[in-house]
Amino acid sequence: MPAGTGGPPSAEPARRAVEAVWRIESARIVGALARYTGDFALAEDVAQEAVAEALVSWSRDGEPANPVGWLLTTARRRAVDSFRRRAALDERYAMVAGQLAEGEAVSGGLAPAARSDDLPWDPDRIDDDILALMFVACHPVLSAEARVALTLRAVGGLSSEEIARAFLVPVPTIQARITRAKKTLAAARVAFELPPAAERRGRLSDVLSVLYVIFTEGSTATSGDDLLRPDLAYEAIRLGRTLAALLPDEPEAHGLLALCELTAARFAARTGPDGEAVLLEDQDRRRWDRSAIRRGVAAIGRAASLGHGLGPYGLQAAIAACHASAPSVAETDWERIVLLYEALGRVAPSPVVELNRAVAVAMAAGPREALAIVDDLVAAGRLSGSHLLPSVRGELLSRLGRTSEARAELELAARLCRNVRERSVLLRKAAALA
Amino acid sequence: MAKYMLIMRGTDESLAKMMDTPFEEMLEVVGRFNEELIRAGVLVAAEGLDDPSQGVVVDYSSETPVVTDGPYGETKELFGGFYIIEVASKEEAVEWAKRMPAINGSKCEIRRVPGIDEFPQDNEWVVRERAWRERTGQL
Repeated sequence: MPAGTGGPPSAEPARRAVEAVWRIESARIVGALARYTGDFALAEDVAQEAVAEALVSWSRDGEPANPVGWLLTTARRRAVDSFRRRAALDERYAMVAGQLAEGEAVSGGLAPAARSDDLPWDPDRIDDDILALMFVACHPVLSAEARVALTLRAVGGLSSEEIARAFLVPVPTIQARITRAKKTLAAARVAFELPPAAERRGRLSDVLSVLYVIFTEGSTATSGDDLLRPDLAYEAIRLGRTLAALLPDEPEAHGLLALCELTAARFAARTGPDGEAVLLEDQDRRRWDRSAIRRGVAAIGRAASLGHGLGPYGLQAAIAACHASAPSVAETDWERIVLLYEALGRVAPSPVVELNRAVAVAMAAGPREALAIVDDLVAAGRLSGSHLLPSVRGELLSRLGRTSEARAELELAARLCRNVRERSVLLRKAAALA
Repeated sequence: MAKYMLIMRGTDESLAKMMDTPFEEMLEVVGRFNEELIRAGVLVAAEGLDDPSQGVVVDYSSETPVVTDGPYGETKELFGGFYIIEVASKEEAVEWAKRMPAINGSKCEIRRVPGIDEFPQDNEWVVRERAWRERTGQL
């Protein structure tokens, strides 16, 4: 929703109220509208129009007694208008128009009714609506960036401005992404429904990966000055909790939530007083959020109790839990972490997992064994553009006393690193070897 | 993100109305609200208090504390329980409070809960409290 800058003084409290209601209700409102109109793009459009109208109306007349009913009724009217404009007076039109009286349905008519029996949602369908919304927003026909933007806006209830701020891109870029995404969904004739059983597992993994992308962007900002954007990470956790509650029998929904909780538990200790990165070994573990750790460990327990073993997210969460329960780096169960990385490498092979396994091997067995793994990655040409490989290699060489090679690797890593804070840590390490 | 406490304040009348509501019905109504908080991912903690007539009041008006049975004699509003939720703004906390299945006549006070990080970290007592929070998972 538009930021209320430049408006009259009364616009600010109204904007905050609209924002608060929208954060809580957007998924239900857009979900219900999408089901009733059968048109996700239209539902999102009219919902945004209702939000824009609320900003004007609530700052003029105050917040209505039933803000959700107000938004829903207003959005339904816009949907009716839209159907009329398209002259699509078909069955759907009749359904949307429903009990709306003829005169009432015209835009600019009476103030929207705020009767709770006017809500076109069935409490028993809300869960399915929100799930369907998540699946549609993360649909495989969409680009990765579009999925993220659409999920945050339609499911998370964030405004384009908030999303743009979180990803450090201009507002029109986000707006264009969302517009294009809606057109793509319409062109691909994506229905607003839960995926069929055969596709469900694959589609769920698309949803999980979008939430994880949002979380990682918040927990390791890939660019810019800040190492962390905790509010963005928190949005992913909030959506992850909703997903885990809606799909309690999916181990990876709990696994992802556990991973996010356990990673977020370390946020307070990960940056120093000047915003600089603090490495795991130097973190003040007293600053780890014990409630978040407890929640994360409990979520791993729920994932494990479903009896299908841990998936990739669950395994990463189990690794994070090893760190979370260790009093220090030296007292960490590195052998268990190596085992977990081996398991992870089998279910979700990736060079990053291999590299992390190498780091764990260095701690459990020593730098020489670890360097062999890293050199295999180098020889295979994997991760060649990433700063991670030279930074780990530099660290291992340094521990083996091969100082000048180590320095060269760390300097290479600093050149490749896009995060200002992380880069300064790498340069500091390189300088210490001079 | 910030934590807010939603403090439920009942009156004698609202308490009496609550007692008249069938227990199963109350469980269902409150349970549905709690479930909403859980699904939205905002619930941190929640507790409700026992019958105020079973409580004790310690009054510090005199030189030595005076202990009496039961609830505050002349107070119109009785603290009945609380929720702690973690949300983006005070306005969001207010929106959640509006959704609470409250009994007519009762009130809800909304107060921010400062985190331990907001206290001076070099103070000995803050350090001790932090250690307790660390041991018990209450940070």
